[in-house]
Amino acid sequence: MSTRSLAKEQPASFAFNADMTALSKRIIAKYPAGRQASAVIPLLDLAQRQEGWVTKPAIEEIARILDMAPMRVLEVATFYTMFNLAPVGKTHVQVCTSLSCWLRGSNDVVKSCKEKLGIGFGGITPDGKFSLGELECSGACVNAPVAQIGDDYYEDLDYASTGKLLDAFKRGETPKPGSAIGRDGAAPAGEAITLTENPTPPAKQDFAAAKAAFEKAKAEAAAKAAAPKA
Amino acid sequence: MLADKDRIFTNLYGRHDWRLAGARARGDWDGTKEILDMGSDWIIDEMKRSGLRGRGGAGFPTGLKWSFMPKTESDRPHYLVVNADEGEPGTCKDRDMLRFDPHKLVEGCLIASFAMKAHACYIYIRGEFYQEASNLQVAIDEAYAAGLIGDNACGSGWKFDLYLHRGAGAYICGEETALIESLEGKKGQPRLKPPFPAGVGLYGCPTTVNNVESIAVAPTILRRGASWFAGIGRPNNTGTKVFCISGNVNKPCNVEDAMSIPLKELIEKHAGGVRGGWDNLLGIIPGGASVPVLPKSICDTVLMDFDSLRDVKSGLGTAAVMVMDKSVDIVAAISRLSSFYKHESCGQCTPCREGTGWLARVMKRMVKGEATLGEIDTLEQVTYQIEGHTICALGDAAAWPVQGLIRHFRPELERRIRDYRDAKVREGVAA
Repeated sequence: MSTRSLAKEQPASFAFNADMTALSKRIIAKYPAGRQASAVIPLLDLAQRQEGWVTKPAIEEIARILDMAPMRVLEVATFYTMFNLAPVGKTHVQVCTSLSCWLRGSNDVVKSCKEKLGIGFGGITPDGKFSLGELECSGACVNAPVAQIGDDYYEDLDYASTGKLLDAFKRGETPKPGSAIGRDGAAPAGEAITLTENPTPPAKQDFAAAKAAFEKAKAEAAAKAAAPKA
Repeated sequence: MLADKDRIFTNLYGRHDWRLAGARARGDWDGTKEILDMGSDWIIDEMKRSGLRGRGGAGFPTGLKWSFMPKTESDRPHYLVVNADEGEPGTCKDRDMLRFDPHKLVEGCLIASFAMKAHACYIYIRGEFYQEASNLQVAIDEAYAAGLIGDNACGSGWKFDLYLHRGAGAYICGEETALIESLEGKKGQPRLKPPFPAGVGLYGCPTTVNNVESIAVAPTILRRGASWFAGIGRPNNTGTKVFCISGNVNKPCNVEDAMSIPLKELIEKHAGGVRGGWDNLLGIIPGGASVPVLPKSICDTVLMDFDSLRDVKSGLGTAAVMVMDKSVDIVAAISRLSSFYKHESCGQCTPCREGTGWLARVMKRMVKGEATLGEIDTLEQVTYQIEGHTICALGDAAAWPVQGLIRHFRPELERRIRDYRDAKVREGVAA
């Protein structure tokens, strides 16, 4: 298991801004009355979006909003690895190094990131613009290697394309997410051999006949069950 | 090869409009009310007859699972929870359904919830899938606006609410009871079973947790008929399946094909073959990180289905095929998986919390050969001390890759240990 704890230096206070307050109310309304604790992960996410990381005052404020013990919110914040418990860079780069990515050269992607940014995993650039992290399986394995930057996935990377990608971010651009080699989603590269036809609705079964067969089988089973055993 | 007309996920690659108009043009939401009008008994019976086995890894029959829910509603509401916490290394099939075919899932949620007398459904999606969650939320909003779900879903009179819930990066939340805990706002630590979720699940109420793919295929199965689905694949392993082919192949991809397709055919036809040719194959993990690796000799002939892979002491799992060619350091590959399980253990059960760390440390030494020959047996014995001794299957999942390595690649482990020892001896002599 991964052991995580809060940062030493913490801000004095936290409050959701107006937009986040409105969003948090909509989120809490998704859960039944009295089950508002269900909203703890989404609210921690909102706090992180607002502040860049999850602070101790934010944990306490969310505990107050959701009527939870602060300890319960702290448990959640430290358990789930998407919550940054210390400040991260404005552009947070996370490289997946799990097996599928590793097999297709995630080591090169990591090397490129470390060289371009001059930091290692867990590091943040002195200007606070970039930070680097390692991901455990991003769930985009056929588009490996993958880097998650902010909310977006950049796929099919190699040493050179990672460098280009980071250069673009350094210039203040946000490159288009997805495959660096231009393929559609998780389709095989090159000419398609499946899904080549324009999809049309499939034919439906005869529901009336299906219902009749089902009722007949049910009646037969009932008759069999009711019949005296020979 | 499966014909396009028998494919369920016709927008798997996102080449068409994923929104409601596009989904309808592909046949989604066609006759949903007719299906609901058939009644929940018929729906569950039809799902049973289709032979669909859960697509999340364990392969439990979906129709049977649905039938475990109480037949009548009580003061405790019923819930359907959809597991979209995809994160098994190698697996990325749900991602494409969520972003490119979200209406199949939304429609499936309605039908499955109706069949199990649930008025509410939560979809728990992994937090990293931000864009996927955005698409899915748009689809949910579209379905509400069109009256397909909501107070009178599809005009059936059934009230149905669908909510999207984003997680925050914890592999263990893919385990159904950990997912429920997480959805309740707690750490994702699995619950002891029994009671099973069908009796005591979300908020203490009857709950069924299904994988995205299991729910998303249901509308098409019901529309086209159980016999259509059951006619694909082999008995007990029916239907179509989305396979994820990653690693050392020429064209990694997701593809939907018939269950029971030979592994070799799957890779050669759809993924452009193994890099350097089939003879350059070292081994394949056929069902996601949790299942044992298979050497080439087995890959030559094995079929991609539950029973065939179980017979060779591996598993279909999520059908995530991870291909390794002869350039791969197989010990380092399995060691990488051991590190993954160490990172993802929730820490609740001692054999897993301590055992995954121990496995990861020993595997790191095995990569270099910094061990004794006897430690291979010790390593294997420890995996059996973890397997079956924990609340959930993460302990088993951590044990199996190492067991597979020892079963099929023991000579490689021994060679490394000898080489390392010999190198040390030579160093000593030179000094």
